[in-house]
Amino acid sequence: MAGPSLMDSLFQRSLDDLIKGLRLHQPTSESTFISKSLDEIRREIKSTDPQTKSTALQKLNYLHSLHGLDMSWAAFHAIEVISSQNFQQKKVGYLAASLSFHSSTDVILLLTNQLRKDLSSNNVFEVSLALECLSMICTVDLARDLTPEIFTLLGSTKSFIKKKAIATVLRIFEKYPDAVRVCFKRLIENLESNDVGIVSAVMGVFCELALKEPKSYLPLAPEFYRILVDSRNNWVLIKVLKVFSKLAILEPRLAKRVVEPICEHMRRSGAKSLVFECVRTILSSLSEYESALKLAVEKVREFLVDDDPNLKYLGLQALSVVSLKHLWAVLENKDLVIKSLSDDDPNIKLEALQLVMAMVSEDNVHEICKVLISYALKSEPAFCNEILGSILSTCCRNVYEIIIDFDWYVSLLGEISRIPHCQNGEEIEKQLIDIGMRVKDVRSELVRVGRELLIDPALLGNPVIHRILSAAAWVSGEYVELSKNPFELMEALLQPRTILLPPSIRAIYVQSAFKVLIFCLYSYLFPDEAVASSPSLPVDLDPGVTSSISPKEFSESSDVVVTEPLADREMDEGFNPRDISQSLEDVSVGNGGDTVIAHEQTSCSATLKKDYFTQESIVKLLDLVERTLCPLMGTHEVEIQERVGNIRGLTELIKQELPEFLVHKERNVEGVKVKALEIVKLMHDAFLEELGPVSTSAQERVPIPEGLMLMENLGDLEGICGDIQLPIPSQFCFGMPHSGGRESTSLFNQQTDEESETSYECTSLLAEHRKRHGLYYLPSEKLETISNACPPAKDPQQSDDLNDDGQDLVKLTEQSLVPKKKPNRAKPRPVVVKLDEVDGITIAVSKPESKDYLISGAVREVLLGNEVSSAQHKLPDKSSNKRREKDKLDIDQPSDTKENLANVGKSETSTSKKSKHHIPGKERKHKSSRKNADEREDVQKDKTKSGHHNPRHKARQRADDNVDVIAQTPVIPDFLL
Amino acid sequence: MGIRFILMVNKQGQTRLAQYYEYLTLEERRALEGEIVRKCLARNEQQCSFVEHRNYKIVYRRYASLFFLVGVDNEENELAILEFIHLVVETMDRHFGNVVSTFPSCELDIMFHLEKAHFMLEEMVMNGCIVETSKSNILTPIQLLDKAS
Repeated sequence: MAGPSLMDSLFQRSLDDLIKGLRLHQPTSESTFISKSLDEIRREIKSTDPQTKSTALQKLNYLHSLHGLDMSWAAFHAIEVISSQNFQQKKVGYLAASLSFHSSTDVILLLTNQLRKDLSSNNVFEVSLALECLSMICTVDLARDLTPEIFTLLGSTKSFIKKKAIATVLRIFEKYPDAVRVCFKRLIENLESNDVGIVSAVMGVFCELALKEPKSYLPLAPEFYRILVDSRNNWVLIKVLKVFSKLAILEPRLAKRVVEPICEHMRRSGAKSLVFECVRTILSSLSEYESALKLAVEKVREFLVDDDPNLKYLGLQALSVVSLKHLWAVLENKDLVIKSLSDDDPNIKLEALQLVMAMVSEDNVHEICKVLISYALKSEPAFCNEILGSILSTCCRNVYEIIIDFDWYVSLLGEISRIPHCQNGEEIEKQLIDIGMRVKDVRSELVRVGRELLIDPALLGNPVIHRILSAAAWVSGEYVELSKNPFELMEALLQPRTILLPPSIRAIYVQSAFKVLIFCLYSYLFPDEAVASSPSLPVDLDPGVTSSISPKEFSESSDVVVTEPLADREMDEGFNPRDISQSLEDVSVGNGGDTVIAHEQTSCSATLKKDYFTQESIVKLLDLVERTLCPLMGTHEVEIQERVGNIRGLTELIKQELPEFLVHKERNVEGVKVKALEIVKLMHDAFLEELGPVSTSAQERVPIPEGLMLMENLGDLEGICGDIQLPIPSQFCFGMPHSGGRESTSLFNQQTDEESETSYECTSLLAEHRKRHGLYYLPSEKLETISNACPPAKDPQQSDDLNDDGQDLVKLTEQSLVPKKKPNRAKPRPVVVKLDEVDGITIAVSKPESKDYLISGAVREVLLGNEVSSAQHKLPDKSSNKRREKDKLDIDQPSDTKENLANVGKSETSTSKKSKHHIPGKERKHKSSRKNADEREDVQKDKTKSGHHNPRHKARQRADDNVDVIAQTPVIPDFLL
Repeated sequence: MGIRFILMVNKQGQTRLAQYYEYLTLEERRALEGEIVRKCLARNEQQCSFVEHRNYKIVYRRYASLFFLVGVDNEENELAILEFIHLVVETMDRHFGNVVSTFPSCELDIMFHLEKAHFMLEEMVMNGCIVETSKSNILTPIQLLDKAS
């Protein structure tokens, strides 16, 4: 490319020309114009004429900042322009540098000398330009090389320069922590400046520093306090408040001192920004001061009732800060919070929603959810889902802690599922299944809700709801004995529109159909046992049975029922159904409320039962199953194909043997073995087995049995299994009646299915197998301990609930305010299976650890290291830190004599708060002697009160061997006021 | 660092001024500006002036056809930033006249005097901290400069 010609200089486009040109062009042709201009700039910027060069750079600045053009290639030219004698040109150059330079700009070092020159210039505007640029582009090298200049400028007599130097210092510290040694003292001196601009700038710096690592700035508390009390500039006050909100947490005595002045500002000030900052400081750091908190909450209420959406939003945000510690503040403003749910502004609505969820307790969860659902129905899809999502997450918190009435909650889940746009299918699926496994008492309601979802063909067309349907299908299959109409359920599971489901969910449908089929067959083939084994069924033979068992069950329901005899009984031919019913207490629903329901339903259910399980209905059922599932044999989805195969195997077998069985039945012949019969019974028992929630750490907690080598090669196992074709089909019928037995929470019980077509000889084979290869099984007594470790239905909170019941009446009076109390429930909370031993174990493990963590000096040292690095901004430098500390200490003494705030504080603590804003100038002279006495006292207090961070200071001080330890100790109380 | 960036954007979403106090690459800037502008311009006058975006809080205000957007970190006082925005607008108004009132001249003023606008901001904010809040102090150097040239 040819060099810049004279013509270029003469006819150069100015920046105005460029802008006008840009405005003339349509967006389509704009880019060509820009690239043409860029070519010109590239040419012009090489010009020897400084004006041409700077104009070119000026245009480039413009294109860079508004059109996003890269200008890193022009870095060297920018430096050239900066060195110009002309101020206007220099300004263009500096702007270019601050817009485009960054730490990896390689020519940046060439700027050092020019910056140094400009920083020392007599022209304040040049100095100012250099400072502004330096504050933007500062690198480690620049910071190191220019620290002396900045130090000089910090002492400048011109406040115009001084305040900019102060602002630049922050960046310098960040890049080059050693600069702290040089500059910190001057920085602190400026805290006492009379110039508001200077104080504002210094406070800006300290605010930023203190936010990152507040502890180091505790010694400056007296200075900050003076500013808090004396300053009338809102910008400065806001910064000081920010600093105090960090410091007050660290030092309770400081908090006590600042709370009154802050309240004073809150009362006095008309500036909303300052009032808000006071409110926020009190809510976040001083909330234990009741009167202050009350005042702050009053102010928040003023914000909330204001028409200004900004204040409303901030008010809500402020409440959420305090909602964890002081929920009453939120409850007091309940009306306004709820009202904000229907605000125009989605941001306000979200804040309000969070607060509403914070208010939820077990007493108001019904009411709040009702209100929220009605809001959700009115809201646009996004917010609707926010609401639903937070309902779901709040209700399932801590294993459904706040849910008392699970029937209500389950039907709420059903209701939520049907809300259009509901995107929370996955969560609802998870909760439906989880509740089913954890809460026995709710299963019949669960089955009812599941039925409503399953029988509605319209829902199948909505992909969003498929996950929920999958849960409904699983629940209906798993707890089919609670279903009022299994045949209807079967029709629902096999309806034609299930073709719309994804294969994985369809497989669950098929599996559930299998369970339903087994249940129906069993109920038909073994009518007496079916009734006995599920006493709470609507299809109840004798209400007396239920009611006589129920009270007993209720009292025992929390016990782990060990049903060793069940295994033996399994082999017996004619066993007593009553026994079974007791040993299967786990399955039965056992509280008074449900018994009543069972009573009511008895009359109709008796007739229902007759209608249901007739030969005709069973045959129809089998036909239905065959007809709808046979076509699925050809599907490509193995999960479906396999399950369908299982069902077909069973139905064919049944169809073959059914006539034979009927003959036996008519003749009332006992003891005749029919293959299908055995299988049905086996399968039914297997399905009756209860599934429980599995703790995430369950696998780890299985003790390794003695003699078992986990690393052993199990290749020979195949050989062993090879000669026994049929592996342990009755594994699930045997031995393990509680949740530990069936470990898998997976929806599929594949193993069981596959084994369904096995011969009835399996039991004996199993026994033999065990005898031969006992090695591969966990010893039975070990199993016991494992399952005891996962008690299925033991809720430790149950007893608490009972204890609390007595106090219900007392607490009822404060119902509207106090969130944590139990209402006078008509219905006790059902047992919720909690795998609390998980928490127990983690606590047991982590507690001593965390204690060690706090106590051990070694860890503290690590902590110190961390803090050092954070204070030093990625450049951990112990020596500088020491120096900084030392500087501070040095400063502290003189500043102490100058400004006697520290002394005020001390005289107050010792004279138990006579006057608060009295600044005794006279006391200065007696100070040192009094000081020492007071300080010793304070040190003592300090040790007891804030033992946590004090040792750190000491550690630091000890590390600093240059400073006399005795001289230092008194420093601590000094800054505590 | 209290203030992380200051943007001025017109109703069409075109950036008219962009001042960053931390280094972002051009791509990051473009993406950030796009997202923020989309979020803020979709809101109406009755809604509050605060939007949370990534790890920033955006405080914005609309004057005539221009949106003034300030990205701050979480600790910053939103109302103070609103006051700051107002201060910026008043300062520009005093210097250029009619920033607040008339379209399109305010936008044009900033376009044609981008350097001056930057210069004003530099007087007010350094390193993300507000250092000057007096309008006359802010404008003195610019006026001197105008006289000199």
